[in-house]
Amino acid sequence: MSAATATVAAPSMAKSGRVRPAAALEQTATMAWRNLVQIKHNPMELIDLSVQPVMFVILFTYVFGGQMAGSPKEYLQYALAGLIVQNALFGTLSTGIGLNTDLTKGVFDRLRSLPIARIAPLLGRVVADTIKQVWSLALMFGLGVLLGFRFHTSVGSVLAGVGLLLLFTLSMAWMAVLIGMVASDPEKVQVFAFTTMMPLTFTSSAFVREDTMPGWLQAWVKVNPVSHLSDAFRGLTTGGEVASPVLWTLVWAAGIAAVFAPLAMRAYRARS
Amino acid sequence: MTYAIQAEGLVKRFKETEALAGVDLVARTGTVLGVLGPNGAGKTTAVRILATLLRPDGGRALVGGHDVVREAGLVRAEVGLTGQYAAVDEMLTGYENLLMIGRLLGLPRSEAKARAAELLESFRLSHAGGRAAKTFSGGMRRRLDLAASLVGRPRILFLDEPTTGLDPHSRGELWEIVRGLVGDGVTVLLTTQYLEEADQLADDIVVIDKGRVIADGTPDELKSQVGGQVLQVRPLSPEDLARTHALMAEAAGPGAKIEGGVVTAPVNDPAMMPAIVRRLDQEGVAVGELALRRSSLDEVFLALTGRRAEETDGTGEQAGDPADERDFEKVGMSA
Repeated sequence: MSAATATVAAPSMAKSGRVRPAAALEQTATMAWRNLVQIKHNPMELIDLSVQPVMFVILFTYVFGGQMAGSPKEYLQYALAGLIVQNALFGTLSTGIGLNTDLTKGVFDRLRSLPIARIAPLLGRVVADTIKQVWSLALMFGLGVLLGFRFHTSVGSVLAGVGLLLLFTLSMAWMAVLIGMVASDPEKVQVFAFTTMMPLTFTSSAFVREDTMPGWLQAWVKVNPVSHLSDAFRGLTTGGEVASPVLWTLVWAAGIAAVFAPLAMRAYRARS
Repeated sequence: MTYAIQAEGLVKRFKETEALAGVDLVARTGTVLGVLGPNGAGKTTAVRILATLLRPDGGRALVGGHDVVREAGLVRAEVGLTGQYAAVDEMLTGYENLLMIGRLLGLPRSEAKARAAELLESFRLSHAGGRAAKTFSGGMRRRLDLAASLVGRPRILFLDEPTTGLDPHSRGELWEIVRGLVGDGVTVLLTTQYLEEADQLADDIVVIDKGRVIADGTPDELKSQVGGQVLQVRPLSPEDLARTHALMAEAAGPGAKIEGGVVTAPVNDPAMMPAIVRRLDQEGVAVGELALRRSSLDEVFLALTGRRAEETDGTGEQAGDPADERDFEKVGMSA
């Protein structure tokens, strides 16, 4: 533990004390690794990422399927897109919960005292959460196929759907970052997630067609971004109208990012 | 003489309260500066500013020769920080925690692994290195936290109440580690609520209260200023209390007090205790209990401020009494 050795941090920094872009990228990768390796020691997170999606697919298919569409298989063909969208939106809040936990536990102070890019802890979190999203998505597709779900579009079209979904979750991540930065503890983030995401995803075309709902509700469902995203994702995986829902999803994603990204970055800079 | 840490007129406000009201302090390179004060005195705020986690509202500070505001990146490359609340990632193992820091600091993978193993070894954590930190005891967590702040071999180390809440054994272990680091030439700034800790480790001490420095000097200087030790005498028979008090007041002056069944007196002069014992013996006072103890922080505060430390007990770092700020008018120069 000789103190005479030169500080090891130097190579990642320019003389001015600014972090080099290549180093910032590597730091982001390290933070992403840390967020993923955490799962090993936190079985609860693995349950969130795996058991919950599986449970929802099975329950929705077999409990609601018969009444909704005549048969579980028939309903799954409609609802899987909605289930995947809902799961992805719930997943975005884990970005906020994770950041808030780091903040309240003092991990952020340690990170901030290091000569690393300010943005690395945030980007690392987002990268790791996106990888988790892909995991859950693959799991739900896999299970869906096992239960009788069939793709009716091209591979490229399915990939476009996945891309659109991830893009939307990234724009929602800004909201999650903002909440994570201003909430006083992780439980509050959780409560907020549940009380906003639950009604938001249910008052959409994710699980049922809006023409069965009362007119006043239809008015909201038609503008709800979750409807657009679900319709777009459904269209890109099982066929149907694509252009309009994709366009509206992109508009919403841009709008959400435009509002929440500056607010989130301001809150992040203030506390990090 | 070179200074690893130099702060001048540091000011920090949180809404209405002024956590720091113009703090000056210096730490000589290769020594330990103890920052002493009760909860809410502003110690943590000062450390957070010096470690670049907070921007001061006024004043300036150089750490390792770099300005903490304008050259924060360069400061971070030279300092290590161990907070009051062990900031290790509970969901990672001890080894993974150290590996992460090493990689963040730009060490190649193999070097980061070697450094993590080396630190676990020297902090006696090798046996637990593969367990999640959430399973660690308080003492182990602090050692891991300290190890994490040393991955980059910092020349300057901030320890914010490193032993608060630790048992005496773990505390002693941490003291040994700090002594070893200082032996290697590291400059340490240590905040503590314990006079004994500052006494054990610090070359210089700064006492902070309500966001300002109320005393500074070497431990010996401070002790002579506040009465380093206290003699406690419990006469065997309570009837002798008044007589004991009179005899002790004779030698120690008006500082002698009756507290419960015990007479206490500050002892500044090494000859005083034998003199008091002799007088008690001559007068035939049977002594049930006789003890010499160090001044507590309470007594230091009582002596320095005229009030007890608990009265200043604030809420975390948001301390400082606005009514007490009238003589502070320095304008910030940090922006």
